[in-house]
Amino acid sequence: MATFKFELVSPERLILSIDADQVDLPGSEGDFGVLAGHAPFLTTLKTGIIAVKAGGVSSRIYVRGGFADVNAAGLSVLAEKAVPESEFDPTVAAAELVVAETVLAEAKTEEARDDAIAALDQVKTAVAALA
Amino acid sequence: MASLKELKNRIASVKATQKITKAMQMVAAAKLRRAQEAAVAARPYAHRLGAVVANLAAAMAGRDDAPRLLAGTGRNDVHLLVVCTAERGLCGGFNSSIVRLAREHAASLLAAGKTVKIITVGKKGADALKRDHSDRIIDRVELREVKTVTFAIANKLQKRLLELYEAGEFDVCTLFYSEFKSVINQIPTAKQLLPVKADASAATSESSYEFEPDEAEILETMLPRYIAVELFTALLENAAGEMGAKMTAMDNATRNAGDMIDRLSITYNRTRQAKITTELVEIISGAEAL
Repeated sequence: MATFKFELVSPERLILSIDADQVDLPGSEGDFGVLAGHAPFLTTLKTGIIAVKAGGVSSRIYVRGGFADVNAAGLSVLAEKAVPESEFDPTVAAAELVVAETVLAEAKTEEARDDAIAALDQVKTAVAALA
Repeated sequence: MASLKELKNRIASVKATQKITKAMQMVAAAKLRRAQEAAVAARPYAHRLGAVVANLAAAMAGRDDAPRLLAGTGRNDVHLLVVCTAERGLCGGFNSSIVRLAREHAASLLAAGKTVKIITVGKKGADALKRDHSDRIIDRVELREVKTVTFAIANKLQKRLLELYEAGEFDVCTLFYSEFKSVINQIPTAKQLLPVKADASAATSESSYEFEPDEAEILETMLPRYIAVELFTALLENAAGEMGAKMTAMDNATRNAGDMIDRLSITYNRTRQAKITTELVEIISGAEAL
């Protein structure tokens, strides 16, 4: 099966750089999967889980505040926060919930509050899926 | 001529100083390595984000619905200078060269009849600028408690800047920091932060991109992040630069202390010998007189 380059980067460091067979991402307008030879595509991501299949091994990664850039060179995901499933423990989950709740508490307009509630729901869903 | 006892005390005190500067140099060297690693590790993100923003900006060029962060306020009257310096001194000309650049910039803007506002990040910049620009400093950010620069700090700063921008407090924002070239070379740099100037050379010209949601909306979420990353990069470069400058400064200080000790030791020995000679002469001439 053809592979493509998958890179996951956070502001602090390059987290992952592998040749993947398939990557499923939580796009802000709907989940989508990337295989080798995907058309150039740029989208924001919602908080959720990236599923990576590489060489018969699948793994999951929690991401928040990211976007995905698919081009001829491969797929790069730039995320504000990215935690592999193996490192995702209850303390990380709690911290993420606190972040989302603070945003909600600080939201001033009706629109911002709606966004914050949606974001909090996304975090809850992701945390539940990884638990 | 100083007495022997005075010289001895002086040598002891310079030796103590030398020990301190030596220790500071070693601490700076250790911290430098960490700061440098952090700065290098953060580059892939900044680089990719820069490319993506450049792509989007190119796609948006000339369109009416370009976000205000990219298009600007349409005015050029109020300038905000964000001056990032270190929290501590004892690092050679590191802080003063950033401040000097900011001051020159402010002077030329004032001469052109613009309004200047200043936000300082780091205590040293605030201290240096409050002398002649105290009424222009609208905010100070202190990083005293901060051990390692995290993205969250940059993000907070970014939010504060965008709030001011949305409120129409300024039209153009310039960021001052020191670019880390090497341990002995840091270049004070001024960079326009707002309106965002995308580096056109970073754009990968793939015209067939598909965007979801559309370009304008993606830019809307991407630009604040881009600004945060610019700030983050500046803070990291500054942290590495400060440690590099401190290391060089402390190395020089240690060497100077060594030279001083050598000179003082020679004076001390000469004085001691002169004293012995004088005493001998006194004894001999006393014996002869008998």
